[in-house]
Amino acid sequence: MITETEPRATAPDDDTAPPAPSARRRIPRWAGPVAVLVVLATLPFSTLTVPGLFEGALNSPATLHLLAFCLVFGGLATSYDLLYGRVGLLSFGHALYFACGAYTAALLMRMLELPLLWAALVSVLAGTLLSLLLGAVALRVNGIAMAMVTLAFAQAGSILVARDPGRVTGGEEGLSLDTAVVPDAFVGVMNTVNLYWAAVAYAAVATVVVWWLSASPVGRVWQGIRANEQRVAVLGVNPYPYKLAAFTVGGGLASLGGVVYLLVTGGVTPTITTAEFTLTLLVMVALGGAGSRWGAVLGAGLYTYAEHRLRQSGGEAFSALPDWIAAPLSQPLFILGTLFVLMVFFFPGGLTALPGRVRSALRDRRTAHE
Amino acid sequence: MTAAGPLLEAADLNVWIEGSHILQGVTFAMPERGVTSLLGRNGVGKTTTVKAVLGLVPRTGRVAFDGVDITAEPTHAIVTRGIGYVPEERGVFAALTVAENLRIAERRPGTHRYDLVHELFPELEKRREQPAGTLSGGQQQMLAIGRALLNDNRLLIVDEPTKGLAPRIVREVADAVARAAEEVPVLLVEQNLSLVRRVGGAAVVLDAGRVVHTGPAPDLLDDADRVRELLGVSRAAAPAAGTAAPADTEGRPTA
Amino acid sequence: MSTVVLLIVTGLGLGALYFLIASGLSLIFGLMDVLNFAHGAFLALGAYGTWWAANFLPGAGPDGAGFLLALVFGVAAGTLAATLVELCVIRPLYGRHREQILATVGLSLATPALLQAVWGADPLTFPKPDLVRGTVEVLGANIPRDRLLLILAAVALFTALWLFNSRTRYGLIVRAGVQDRAMVTALGIDVRKSFTLVFAIGGAAAALAGALGGLYYGVVTPTQGMSLLIFAFIVVVIGGTTSLTGCAIASVTVALVQQFANYYTVAGLGDIAVVIVLALVLLTRQGGLAAKKSAERVA
Repeated sequence: MITETEPRATAPDDDTAPPAPSARRRIPRWAGPVAVLVVLATLPFSTLTVPGLFEGALNSPATLHLLAFCLVFGGLATSYDLLYGRVGLLSFGHALYFACGAYTAALLMRMLELPLLWAALVSVLAGTLLSLLLGAVALRVNGIAMAMVTLAFAQAGSILVARDPGRVTGGEEGLSLDTAVVPDAFVGVMNTVNLYWAAVAYAAVATVVVWWLSASPVGRVWQGIRANEQRVAVLGVNPYPYKLAAFTVGGGLASLGGVVYLLVTGGVTPTITTAEFTLTLLVMVALGGAGSRWGAVLGAGLYTYAEHRLRQSGGEAFSALPDWIAAPLSQPLFILGTLFVLMVFFFPGGLTALPGRVRSALRDRRTAHE
Repeated sequence: MTAAGPLLEAADLNVWIEGSHILQGVTFAMPERGVTSLLGRNGVGKTTTVKAVLGLVPRTGRVAFDGVDITAEPTHAIVTRGIGYVPEERGVFAALTVAENLRIAERRPGTHRYDLVHELFPELEKRREQPAGTLSGGQQQMLAIGRALLNDNRLLIVDEPTKGLAPRIVREVADAVARAAEEVPVLLVEQNLSLVRRVGGAAVVLDAGRVVHTGPAPDLLDDADRVRELLGVSRAAAPAAGTAAPADTEGRPTA
Repeated sequence: MSTVVLLIVTGLGLGALYFLIASGLSLIFGLMDVLNFAHGAFLALGAYGTWWAANFLPGAGPDGAGFLLALVFGVAAGTLAATLVELCVIRPLYGRHREQILATVGLSLATPALLQAVWGADPLTFPKPDLVRGTVEVLGANIPRDRLLLILAAVALFTALWLFNSRTRYGLIVRAGVQDRAMVTALGIDVRKSFTLVFAIGGAAAALAGALGGLYYGVVTPTQGMSLLIFAFIVVVIGGTTSLTGCAIASVTVALVQQFANYYTVAGLGDIAVVIVLALVLLTRQGGLAAKKSAERVA
């Protein structure tokens, strides 16, 4: 087969290359993340109100709850980005491991009355094992075939949960969190702040694990696999175990996210098992910028925030418009889906690539003027 | 027809593939008549040069066919100007029958030279309803060459037609290439120097993505030292013409 | 005995539905390497288009010739949408397979939301013409007539596609392009023209599947497309992209496995059995999709 490449289509690739680290920066690399973490952790002590962005003060339960949501999805999207952005694995089944964590934890607490910590531990272990097992099968094939296998596995899980053959998953209704075995600190509106901190912790853990692994020797192999898997194989490195490692770690982190999600929402429904759910993760990661430092968290945070706000407003913001415009705009997924398509066209690198693109555009303009 | 100028001109072709600089300013011109052989060791960029000419790989530089700049044209438009292409991997559609493989190549109605194709390769007529994937390697090569000859082309580009074939088949394919060269100019990528010697014409030698020699092919092949230096062949090409058989693999650097 | 016949015929009906969706998907994926998540959107548009026409379009109606007109309207809507998607979304991203997938993902999220905005999230009752009401007795089993209609439609589509493939030049180009797209262009053929055509054909077939799916399920919902789409994906993976017959056999196999397992074991287990079949096929055979289209195209 002839390698076919469109001369014009591949030409603009240059400006998606990562910008070289600027030399003038003297601040250590860890300072930024630590600052972000400190700000996030101390946020609940602030009574600041941000009109327009959040309805109540920053430390009001409603705001904290929304932020906790954003952070859970930030961590989850980071775990997805480990596959998609760092290794180049297109999985359509990430929802399965997230749902595995959430459902297992809910069931363990409900049926065996296991304490939260034990339930969390067992469900993360279960999620990790499940992703190891299914990943071992799915990664036997490559590319789209692998994507389809992950999709099919997740679909099987989704059907299992929704049909509920053993009358345990609650079917379409889902399960609510059994508050009896959850520590009081995580129960009730007054304790939203603790849920928020749990979400911060989860997002931090997911981010640190992914960053740390990506910087390790394993991460360099991942980079190689992402760029050109065949070349890695030619160099005598079998890509399979490395891909499986990413798949397993990603699955494990997702199932941990499931547990935190269970706490934050106080229950689970089958919507988190669906293919659409995984597709939204893909949208979040691509929105922020796949494989970049902050992309997944940023994309997920923004997406979750936007969806929540759009849903909350229920399209009232658009009620002044004629009905045929207002009706579609009342659907968050319509707005987000359309925006996403536009973004794929105009900002292929996602939000994190935006500053670099703006800089290079400005530079081009400057050189054009000279 | 424009006045006698080069039929094909490539100027300063540069190709990067996954960060490797494969072609580093390849420049050559192909005369309006006869065979031009593109020679060189494995991996010096012969196939990439051909693909760059056809726009099958992203490239910079300039390509002109019959005096017209075709650099910006898409592959199908370049080919429609009158080029027949036989790729290195033959590009035969395995699930299509022999007849369909030929039919898909038909361009202007009424100008198809099935007579020539069937004269050169009677085998193809006999096997017309057979799926191309079930043909032997040699037969697939014949189909690929036949497909390129089907149209009234101004130029044939043939990439390593004898590669990996049994000696007996090599002769048959070489005959076909020589016969085709009588009708239409050929840009030939080849490592089988006896075939090159037989068809004569001009030679362009590549090394590490650059043109390192141009000149008449027979002169080059007569100069054993130069051949060794440029092509890395230990012994100059086997006896000339016709008896191409045993020279096929010898002296070839292994892939 | 009659149960087995019933299961076989309903299985064939479901398989027909899968074939209507998967044949287009497999053409699009085979020729263009585009994993078209928007296919479910074409399906939904076909269903809603037919529903709308049957209720509101002058001349169309829920029965007889009126329903046929409504069906034509729905299929036309799906075809138009597919053509527009190819021209406006897929074509500008040519050669960038990841972006193409992402764009269709965006469309697959936005379209059901749009339909929901216009017609609400609740299932809409789909018109049922008299002709496909009730049952027919076949070998002692009472077969719902709509299943037979589905089978008929799939057979018709199969024949039409087969004729297109074997008798037309575009069919020849498409078959060749599925195997080696670059070589087709190297023969002087503008392969992109057939991309639009393939999208239009796929969109029409999906829209027809949407409308007939409406008959099959009795209702239409904005998200019906997605779950059918996933099974169609499975069919494409099992059947490969190179042959129409492979696609048809895979459609029927998947549907029969699903029907029989769902009936003889617990409901829902049939769907899972299909996934197991998929895993087994992929692991034991390096053919079809798995062998031809590997990581190089997407990763």
